[in-house]
Amino acid sequence: MNSEYGFEIGMSPPASTYSGQIDWLMGVLHLAMIGMFLIWGSYFVYCLIAYRARPGGQATYHQTGEKASFIPDGIVLAFELWLILGFGIPIWAELKQETPPVGESLEVVLVAQQFAWNFQYAGPDGIFGKRDVAQVSASNPIGLDDADPASKDDFITINNLYVPVNKPVILRMTSKDVIHDFQVINFRNKQDILPGTVQTLWFEPDKMGKYEINCAQLCGVGHTQMIGNVWVESPEDYKEWEREQIEEAMAEAKAEASDSARS
Amino acid sequence: MSDHGHAEPTTFWRKYIFSVDHKVIGIQYLITSFLFLLVGFGMMMLMRYQLAMPSPGDDFDPENLGMIRSAVAWLFGENLMPYGFMSPDFYNQLGAMHGTVMIFLGVVPLGVAAFGNYVLPIQIGADDMAFPRMNMMSYWVYLVGGIVMMSAFLAPGGAAQSGWTSYAPLSVVAPPGQTVWLIAMIIIITSSLLGSINFIVTTLNMRAKGMTFGRLPIFCWAQLVTAVLLLLAFPVLEAGAIFQLLDRVAGTSFYIPKDMIYGATVFPAAGGGNPLLWQHLFWFLAHPEVYVLLLPAMGIVCEIIATNTRKPIFGYKEIVGSLILIGALSFVVWAHHMFVSGMRTSLANLFVTTTLTISVPSIAILTCMLLSLRGAQIRFNTPMLFALAFLPMFGIGGLTGLPLGFAPTDLYLHDTYYVIGHFHYVVAPGSLAALMGGTYFWFPKMFGRRMNEKLGKVHFWMTIIPMNFVFFPMLFQGMWGMNRRLADPTLQWHNLPVQGWNYVISVAALVLLIGQLPFIFNFFYSIWNGEEAGDNPWEATTLEWSCSSPPPHGNFLAPPQVYRGPYEYSVPGRQKDFWRQDEIA
Repeated sequence: MNSEYGFEIGMSPPASTYSGQIDWLMGVLHLAMIGMFLIWGSYFVYCLIAYRARPGGQATYHQTGEKASFIPDGIVLAFELWLILGFGIPIWAELKQETPPVGESLEVVLVAQQFAWNFQYAGPDGIFGKRDVAQVSASNPIGLDDADPASKDDFITINNLYVPVNKPVILRMTSKDVIHDFQVINFRNKQDILPGTVQTLWFEPDKMGKYEINCAQLCGVGHTQMIGNVWVESPEDYKEWEREQIEEAMAEAKAEASDSARS
Repeated sequence: MSDHGHAEPTTFWRKYIFSVDHKVIGIQYLITSFLFLLVGFGMMMLMRYQLAMPSPGDDFDPENLGMIRSAVAWLFGENLMPYGFMSPDFYNQLGAMHGTVMIFLGVVPLGVAAFGNYVLPIQIGADDMAFPRMNMMSYWVYLVGGIVMMSAFLAPGGAAQSGWTSYAPLSVVAPPGQTVWLIAMIIIITSSLLGSINFIVTTLNMRAKGMTFGRLPIFCWAQLVTAVLLLLAFPVLEAGAIFQLLDRVAGTSFYIPKDMIYGATVFPAAGGGNPLLWQHLFWFLAHPEVYVLLLPAMGIVCEIIATNTRKPIFGYKEIVGSLILIGALSFVVWAHHMFVSGMRTSLANLFVTTTLTISVPSIAILTCMLLSLRGAQIRFNTPMLFALAFLPMFGIGGLTGLPLGFAPTDLYLHDTYYVIGHFHYVVAPGSLAALMGGTYFWFPKMFGRRMNEKLGKVHFWMTIIPMNFVFFPMLFQGMWGMNRRLADPTLQWHNLPVQGWNYVISVAALVLLIGQLPFIFNFFYSIWNGEEAGDNPWEATTLEWSCSSPPPHGNFLAPPQVYRGPYEYSVPGRQKDFWRQDEIA
């Protein structure tokens, strides 16, 4: 067996600002589950031993404590309501129903396809160029519309998402073909990506490093290999990288424009 | 007694093959569904082989594959198992078909149709089901559906490969095996509908004199609730499946949105559809379906526990009420499978609340079963061992449902092995263990002979222990974040720290397979050579133990009259510790 294969029993390392909340909830829930199982299980084992059949033994016919048997149900119900009202609804709202202010975040468009992740950055104008399904080709995987002026400074990366640390990232996600699911297990969040709609997912990475993106929704033969990377970099490194990308995109757009002018 | 029109058959064909007798149909279902369970298990063994050693590694040499890999490559051919490694599309086929076969052709027919058919009419004191011919039709339609389902492997491109959930649009653009899957599903659903209407009418109309609802054995209650679930939920999936079939063969677009690209061009029929529609239709069936897998098992456990504790079951009304409540609530929890699906996010709060609420009646039932042990005289025979094992195993299955039903933690655990571990705990060491117990429990009634106790106990330990080594590590893998449905998890480096478990799981699955051999031998050996059982080998109280083993055509020599509740054990002042429902005094 490969020496890298392991037998971990915990959660993978967290890397986003809201990871702590999710991990805390996981902890509380699992402690409660283990506690319930142990209490319940020890009484079960006690019964098996104490009430085993004995020669000439007589089982009791009359039941007692029928009302008391509702107590565990009540405790569990109260615990669940406490979880839902205290944590479930607010955390869900924070993670899924709201997004951080767009001005303070990095917004990236994600176009998923069998079996790749295409990331579209808006460039200095902050406006995403329109996409046109008729212009999709091998060299233009997301079908970026050449005629749209906003598309000139846009740049696209495939399977690699670069983001600065400690800044919220908002992904506007859609799929070209089937359903995919954007998952970075260390960020503790995931979202299905459907064709025909735009889904939003946000996260704020709080540790620099490289994290794996993988598709969490079965999408065909290449599903397992639909892998990408999130590169969480220092703000300076990210700025530098962004500047290079924009220059490249502008140069390309210029070359294309002069090409079409000549012909 | 044959008051609704069918005389005892005389020819072999009418008696054993195209029989309208509910007992023969029950045994037909029993054997067929066990065969399908074995087939589904076989598919899983292939997947476990792949998952245990998925990666070629540095020392891989295509010229020298080693004995196992060469044998596998030779057996399955270069398309399915190149160099003895499973191709991803074959893995996806096995995954989709394992789920489909186990649920729709294995556990549901075993729990509902086999035990329901055999036991329910006798337990309520009827001479047969309400519609014997429809009953026969239900079995034969099921068998045809099963054969059509398996034939999908012969389709070009192989069997269905979009998961047992068949999410559109992937399923709409999948190879022709998916069309076969849809047709087979429509046939199987039809069979279930025929069966469920029959169970409902039989339970409502054919109870013996004195068999009031308050005296109905819990097993019958569970079957009744299950039949209602099937009747109300299955038509929704049948409609959904027909839509998907039309999308595939008739160019409609129920599930295909505008501008969907497939291959290099826009999909011809694209426009107007919505992929989420399929998920809603599917889970509207498939969540009640979970309880279809579970409720008959709970009913069986209650019967076995009452008999082998020698005391009345604790909280009869509480259990029955909870069964009904579970049935009702199971229709309003379906979207907890869809927290991250892209449905409107505010819906999640509603479904979290209903989902966590449904855990309460489940806990109530478990509590009643547990409290039934208090003050008992527990007999540890094979059926009882399986029934007792159901309690902690279903306990783990139920508890691990909490972080999945709770939306914030589901964001992390959704589509991981945690889900797989969770529902297998409910269905395999939970439901299936109970159904095994039911088999040992009613075998003497079916064949007039008992199964061997020693072999039964070997089978029990070789089932429950390996099952825990199969399913518990999956919870660890999911906790770490390993996703389900990965043909080779080691391609994703974040999975490597839990890949070691895959080896453990696969070895345990092999032990589990070996552990079923004593059962298979015991079953067939005991049909002819088992110890003679007599009418009431367990000294039980319900009506099936008052007729002979096996019961004659028409079940009862005279219509039974019921005088008391189903679990009158150890009644003070009586000499015997059991008081059958139809005993006058």
